[in-house]
Amino acid sequence: MVKKTLIPIGPYHPLQEEPELFKLYCEGEIVKDIKWETGYNHRGIEQLSEKKTFDQSFFLVERVCGICSTSHPFAFANAVEEAGNIEITNRAKYIRSIVGELERIHSHLLWVGLAGHFLGYNTVFMWAWKYREPILDLFEMISGNRNSYAMFKVGGVRRDIENNKIPKIKETLDKFKKKNDLLVGAVMDDPVIHARTKGVGILTKQDIIDYAAVGPTARASGVAIDVRKDDPYAAYPLVNWKVITAEKGDVFAKAEVRLLEMYESISIIEQCLEGLKKEKEGEIEVKVKNIAAGWGTGHAEAPRGEVFHYVLTDGSNSPARHKIRAPSYTNIATFKKSCIGQTISDATISLAAVDPCYCCTERMAVAYDWKTGERILNGNELIALSAEKTSKLKNK
Amino acid sequence: MNTDDILNSVKNKFSADVLDVFKKSETRAIITIKPESILPVAEYVYKDLELRFIIATANHTRKGFEILYHFTKDSIGSIVNLHVVLPVEKPEIESLSNMFSATNWIEREMHELYGIVFKNHPEPEKLISEGNWAEGVYPYRREFK
Repeated sequence: MVKKTLIPIGPYHPLQEEPELFKLYCEGEIVKDIKWETGYNHRGIEQLSEKKTFDQSFFLVERVCGICSTSHPFAFANAVEEAGNIEITNRAKYIRSIVGELERIHSHLLWVGLAGHFLGYNTVFMWAWKYREPILDLFEMISGNRNSYAMFKVGGVRRDIENNKIPKIKETLDKFKKKNDLLVGAVMDDPVIHARTKGVGILTKQDIIDYAAVGPTARASGVAIDVRKDDPYAAYPLVNWKVITAEKGDVFAKAEVRLLEMYESISIIEQCLEGLKKEKEGEIEVKVKNIAAGWGTGHAEAPRGEVFHYVLTDGSNSPARHKIRAPSYTNIATFKKSCIGQTISDATISLAAVDPCYCCTERMAVAYDWKTGERILNGNELIALSAEKTSKLKNK
Repeated sequence: MNTDDILNSVKNKFSADVLDVFKKSETRAIITIKPESILPVAEYVYKDLELRFIIATANHTRKGFEILYHFTKDSIGSIVNLHVVLPVEKPEIESLSNMFSATNWIEREMHELYGIVFKNHPEPEKLISEGNWAEGVYPYRREFK
């Protein structure tokens, strides 16, 4: 009889940026079941927000997630502006979309780098993170911060992107596009990466609908949902772009969607920069006196999928109830489908494929013996196992 | 299909269960229903009208525990919310997680934060409060003077 093993990943693990515990129950090499423990990072942000004014809450929701720190203010702004019936200026719309798309580029690069690392491709890791740097420098130029940009407020944005900054942004994007061609070629044409990611961690269309998964996870399985297209906000209805989808639903399809999405993001930013030139400098906000009692539901397409905010207002200057749903909250639950039946060495990349974000949802991996509960592998060993499989394929 | 079509079809099919329909804008609406009808109404909205479940929001108000189930029809960008009010003395409602997995986590979270009981939940284990929260304390409940 095959011995059954439990592999814990987390709560603190290099596979994950934040704490969460995954338990992989294995029979031989095959993952038979997966369970997780969350809650290590529960910060009570929804309730904290009720104690703050709308303007202060932007700084709070910005800290829900460190990587996509604009997606939550984006959705929150959409929700509050819907509740208060506020229409913002075109210049503010363009600036919001530029910041949102720059963030998508840097977040996807971060994922590509980490995915490369998990597969034992540290060159991809180093390239992706190197090319990400100039994008972060752009953020510093625009907002003064490389992360947590504090750009959004009710009725517009806090800082303008002056017209004299446009050439610098364009130049950086042009350079990045060439580097990205290299990166995309390195990932899409590599036979070993194909062997490691194709047919691994498959999610079917039905799985996506059942778990209500969103973002690149859904789009890689042929479910073409994207809030930017479906319920347009900011400058997205003013520019031309297309929703990238793939059909296979495996890890490779998810990588493909993310890599090709970066080109769409560059195109959106370029069109927004052209739009900015037509608008008057400085018209970045409308005065908001008060938010009437009511409610607003705002969503925004973050790099990982739809971020949803529900805001109940009572006529005061703070939310009466504020609900936040990050995309990883629904995407992480799909592990039940994508990891079960995989080998342990493929489990790491299957877990990483949805780009799970714990500060948003809360996460980690280790292996236990199925019967005795004895600890077998830790996270480093799991990554080493994955890298070993890649090097074996390379040597073939 | 537009938001009106969704609202009308729910109203017509469940005339005895729908208490109120409020259309806020072309793409936003709330349908208040009786708590005991949540299962058939949600099933109709999810399976027949093919709306995607986003998340549910619980709130403790003077009326009791209110739950908003946020659904969206992506093709028309419409968000339709199913609204129920549960009495504070006995906050119980049927779980939707046997129908689709998307509500599995949020129902457990609402139970831990508000003490709302979701009957027949397929996995009634703790989600966020495992091992480090006091039993029987529901941190998001409010006190009204």
